[in-house]
Amino acid sequence: MIAPVEAAVIIPAIAIPILALISGYRLGAAINMIACALTLTAATTLLFTEHPRTDLVIIDDFNIFLIILTAFVGFTTSVFSATYLAHEIEIGRLTPTFLRFYHAMYQALMCAMNVALVANNIGLMWVGVEVATLSTVMMVGIYRTPEAIEAAWKYFILGSVGIGLAFFGTILVYLVAQDVLGDGLPAMSWDLLVKSAPMLDSKLLSLAFVFLLVGYGTKVGLAPFHAWLPDAHAEGPTPISAVLSGLLLNVALYALLRFKMVLAGNPGAIDVGAIMVALGLISLVFAAFMLYRRRDIKRLFAYSSIEHMGIAAFAFGMGGPLANFAGLLHMTMHSLIKSGIFFAVGHIAQVKGTQRIAAISGISVTHPVLAVLFSLGVIAIAGLPPFGMFTSEFMLVSSTFARQPALSVVLVFGLLIAFGALILRLQDVVFGEPTGKAHPAQASYIPAYVHLSLVLIAGLWLPDPVVQWFRGVAALLG
Amino acid sequence: MSKLLFDVAHLLAGSMLVLSFALLYQDRITAVINVFALQAITLSLSVAWQALVQDAPHLIVTAAIALVVKGFVVPYFLQRIVRALNIHRQIEQVIGSGSTMLTGLGLVALSILLVQPVGEVSIYVREDLAFALAVILLGLLMMITRRNAVTQVVGFMSLENGLVLAATGAKGMPLVVEVSVAFSVLIAFIVFGVFVFRMRERFDTVDVSALDRFRGDRKDAP
Repeated sequence: MIAPVEAAVIIPAIAIPILALISGYRLGAAINMIACALTLTAATTLLFTEHPRTDLVIIDDFNIFLIILTAFVGFTTSVFSATYLAHEIEIGRLTPTFLRFYHAMYQALMCAMNVALVANNIGLMWVGVEVATLSTVMMVGIYRTPEAIEAAWKYFILGSVGIGLAFFGTILVYLVAQDVLGDGLPAMSWDLLVKSAPMLDSKLLSLAFVFLLVGYGTKVGLAPFHAWLPDAHAEGPTPISAVLSGLLLNVALYALLRFKMVLAGNPGAIDVGAIMVALGLISLVFAAFMLYRRRDIKRLFAYSSIEHMGIAAFAFGMGGPLANFAGLLHMTMHSLIKSGIFFAVGHIAQVKGTQRIAAISGISVTHPVLAVLFSLGVIAIAGLPPFGMFTSEFMLVSSTFARQPALSVVLVFGLLIAFGALILRLQDVVFGEPTGKAHPAQASYIPAYVHLSLVLIAGLWLPDPVVQWFRGVAALLG
Repeated sequence: MSKLLFDVAHLLAGSMLVLSFALLYQDRITAVINVFALQAITLSLSVAWQALVQDAPHLIVTAAIALVVKGFVVPYFLQRIVRALNIHRQIEQVIGSGSTMLTGLGLVALSILLVQPVGEVSIYVREDLAFALAVILLGLLMMITRRNAVTQVVGFMSLENGLVLAATGAKGMPLVVEVSVAFSVLIAFIVFGVFVFRMRERFDTVDVSALDRFRGDRKDAP
């Protein structure tokens, strides 16, 4: 009997060669869904089992919720992906050979993200993030249009420079820890690093964090390291935009937060929180203004991802129980809403045959169900009640106002600018003169509705165990 | 430990840095690839030396990978690609080689300053780390100043040489072999892959600036 932790990594790993060999795309999509469902089951059983720590694997309250979130969004995206890809095959944009490759890479991504999340070892986590980047580069370029190749190339170059610098930071952390913990694996384990943080050399640790911040910050998409993000989201297949935005950004932020925990325990190290607050606010305000000039609907929501990652980084940078709680909730809500929006946007782009916002309007007349779904998603991501993102943003603004009133002004300013842009675009797309084709969409609405209902429930009533759990993690983050 | 052991390690790391500078000013693609191969061979010597000094036989695997994959296989295929694309005579630089070299010197000074605090942890690691960081930053500089897809990849691989140098310099660091394998997979994917061939297929050029036409939001009608 293998432990659920191992299962969460092994199931996708086994699925990779199977999917690469199967030629029928319907069968491939079905196996992709089954593998994701099994991974989700394994991830959920993590809640009910004991987890002895080893030098390579750690399960604590912090990563367990991200593992489950990753497996859940991975599963719903695989359901969405099946109908989405059937349409792409129909119009000849993708061939079955490419789909084999696509499904194998999808599972490689799930496997790599799980490795990065469960790793107790900073080197192993780095390998996970690297493989995840590589597999998404491949999928972003899959349409082989000039735009897609440019996006994949940019993503590859910036992503690999980012992970290269992160690796240098990792080496530096090892050098610091080696001094205290001795040679070998213990000097790379999260739990031991956090425990011995006060004894580590603070100057070198601070230097290491600069590299880690630039490296993993590139993967989070924080401004000014965000240049790859809009292109990669806009030019790849929409299911990939959904997992990139909803999951991979979270994994990179998770890595940064783990290192932040180590530095927070060291009295002489630089104040990581202040740096994250600054980068978060820059990302938020910058992305909020960029939202106005977007002509491509997927690019619009890519910038919105930069904005929300900025908000989450700001929240964790502020620290303290309330702001950390808000940050965790924000990460979760953003994953669910943004992937839900990408599901809706994927279908909209398919029925209209374009991603240009100017060419998409009046979908409330032509496709009422999609229009409702899309509007709910945009209302949720703009942070309006009763959705869960309102809760997290409200908590963040109120806790910031109590501690740093000046910062909360900037925060609210950025939020309002972004809100305006999203509502403007919502009007263009949903109302207005109906354009383009009106034939019915072949779409699976269930994944997007499931996501939005979860967000709605979280906004109206957070179950007590979840609150307790988030509180525990928020305390852990310091 | 005797001083000679460190002198040899520093000699090899220093040679890598010199080759990094040589990479910056080469103005023909074939020469760039040859210098890179030489740097990879020097890296494998340096790693093998570390394996001896640290008594860490698993590092021999990393040295072998560096020698075979980056010293011979990758350069061979890159040369073939370059010849197949008929670009072996040309090279384009965004800024002149003089200012590039000066910037490179500045980066070396920066890396020496940055790793200064390492001395408080371990005096011997410090020089190694300074060399490695300088190689990494020069690789980055090369990626920025070159516009050709092949030379950008060479810049990335040179950056990665610096990373392996840093990792093997850190005594007893676990997973170095695994990480160097992961890097090789990354490089193999990219080099043999997809991008260069696709770019050739689509644009009849591997000049990345040709891609700029397609950047940003599409303003015109589809």
